[in-house]
Amino acid sequence: MSAQNVITTPPLEPAGAIPAAAGRGPSGPSRGSGQRSAKAGLKLGNLITTLILSVGAVIMIAPLAWTFSTSLKTKDGVFELPPQWIPDPFVWENYARIWTAGPLLTGIQNSLIVACSVTIIGSLTSALAAFAFAKMRMPFKNVLFLGLLSGLMIPFPTLMIPQFTIFASIGWVDTLLPLIVPGLFGNIIMIFFLRQFLNSIPDSIVEAARIDGASYLQIFWTLIMPAIRPALAAQFILWFMAVWNDYLAPIIYLNSPGTQTLQLVIANFNAQYAIQTDYPLIMAASFIALLPVLIVFIVFQRQIIESIALSGSKG
Amino acid sequence: MTTITRPRRSRLHRKEHQAALLFVAIPVIGFLLFTLFPLLFSVYASFTNWNGISAPVFKGLDNYTKMFGDRYFLKSLWNTLFMMIGIPVGLVISLALALAMNRKMRGTTFFRTVYYLPVISSIAAVAILWQWAFNGDFGLINQGLGLIGIEGPNWLQDTSTVKPALIIMAVWKGLGYSMLLYLAALQSVPRYLYEAASLDGATAWQQFRHITIPMVRPVTFFLIVTSIIGGSQIFVEINIMTPTGGPEFESASIVWYIWQKAFDNLQMGYASAMSVVLGLLVFTITFIQFRLNRRNQFSID
Repeated sequence: MSAQNVITTPPLEPAGAIPAAAGRGPSGPSRGSGQRSAKAGLKLGNLITTLILSVGAVIMIAPLAWTFSTSLKTKDGVFELPPQWIPDPFVWENYARIWTAGPLLTGIQNSLIVACSVTIIGSLTSALAAFAFAKMRMPFKNVLFLGLLSGLMIPFPTLMIPQFTIFASIGWVDTLLPLIVPGLFGNIIMIFFLRQFLNSIPDSIVEAARIDGASYLQIFWTLIMPAIRPALAAQFILWFMAVWNDYLAPIIYLNSPGTQTLQLVIANFNAQYAIQTDYPLIMAASFIALLPVLIVFIVFQRQIIESIALSGSKG
Repeated sequence: MTTITRPRRSRLHRKEHQAALLFVAIPVIGFLLFTLFPLLFSVYASFTNWNGISAPVFKGLDNYTKMFGDRYFLKSLWNTLFMMIGIPVGLVISLALALAMNRKMRGTTFFRTVYYLPVISSIAAVAILWQWAFNGDFGLINQGLGLIGIEGPNWLQDTSTVKPALIIMAVWKGLGYSMLLYLAALQSVPRYLYEAASLDGATAWQQFRHITIPMVRPVTFFLIVTSIIGGSQIFVEINIMTPTGGPEFESASIVWYIWQKAFDNLQMGYASAMSVVLGLLVFTITFIQFRLNRRNQFSID
């Protein structure tokens, strides 16, 4: 769980008056020959900035690149000094070994089952609730909404012990159900953002459809769903990645290798093969675990980045 | 057109109410089952002696008094707080990055993607690769340090470096997120403010100090609060990188200790009490944020 499970949002507008900008200086920048040198200065500034950002980018990428590089080494090549950045020889075979070295494939399957069922059904229930909260009249609307929102203030660790005993009492421990079922009831963060999004859509379209005799479910399906699609897609992806990457809930519920999600499988790889110092194997498995989300991110990066920037700044 | 016999207005409303309540019923039921009930149960269990199997035995405030005499609890609390040093460090770096990327130049989209990669990466995988990077003999970090002639420590085994190591990793992982929010905030600062200031002869530093900082204050505040909430629940990297809580318990966090007490030692009552303390902490921080946030918005209207 990351900071993303809290939605409270700061306004972009300044909180108070902006202090008058600095004291009045003697005069503005001198004019005349300034035009050209200012442009040159800007170019130099850009160059230096790019350089600094590049160094930073190398630092950001290095651990990921190091992982990939290690995953292609021989078991002993890892311990060579000075280290090789480019493995010699390339041991692509590591990527074949991981599938038999542990339940990696079932891990991927389990993660897919959990993430897909939670996000697909949960998005539908969230969207329905958001529709009701944004566009329909009902008693206790604000009380219910604030009640749901208040749930965000409670961290998962405070709930995990009772949740565990509840699921244990109905025999769901060591199955995927405790990871799936709570998510099916929707996600308050998603409800919140979809409701915000729907507020910008005029009520009149719903009313017009009502007059034409459409039922609320029809309105939801034919009018609301297409309208909220961009917001829904972004929230869907974010939620999918959060469920895919989750670790604390799976580690509580899942014990046997056949039920573990991908994150647990690689953690076990790490514990098991570090003793045998088989780092290339660990790194190959970790890289495989990183890959799906990296691909999703790179494909949808514009939508993801926009919705995150939005979620942090507006609301 | 269908001919509708005009129903009475109240009946129409009732129908709408029913449909709406039906639509919100699912999340509300989910909230009652998986949030409210567990919360109440946690609070109840925190006053009991309970192993999760037999019935809880009421013990009053025993768990709470025990907690504040428990060396390990206090240590894990201290460790958790200590590791929040990374928050201001990360904020300063990410603001600097956002300022750099706010310039009109090529390649900013590329940099944005690169800096954001760690944010979306799975924390389990990230912890594994950093554990390897922190390896005393063959890790990336010490080899990097070796290039400039420094012999690095065995980061995760050394009591004095295990927390800094975790902080470095947390900063690395979180940088992209705060950078992105800062960038969005910077882009919404009206240009005329800077133009007016520079006409008045304000230096770049003065503009930064008196325009940029105040304008991004809401985002700073948001990031501080969400980071504290996230930081107070740090668990995965500790569980993976230092499975035993680190050398001399130096990296154990609150959630790690709760998890160990509850699911390893089956002291569910005691663990519940600690989780309630954590919950109160997070609740207080969030509540303050909500209040301040409302006041912010209010002052604009």
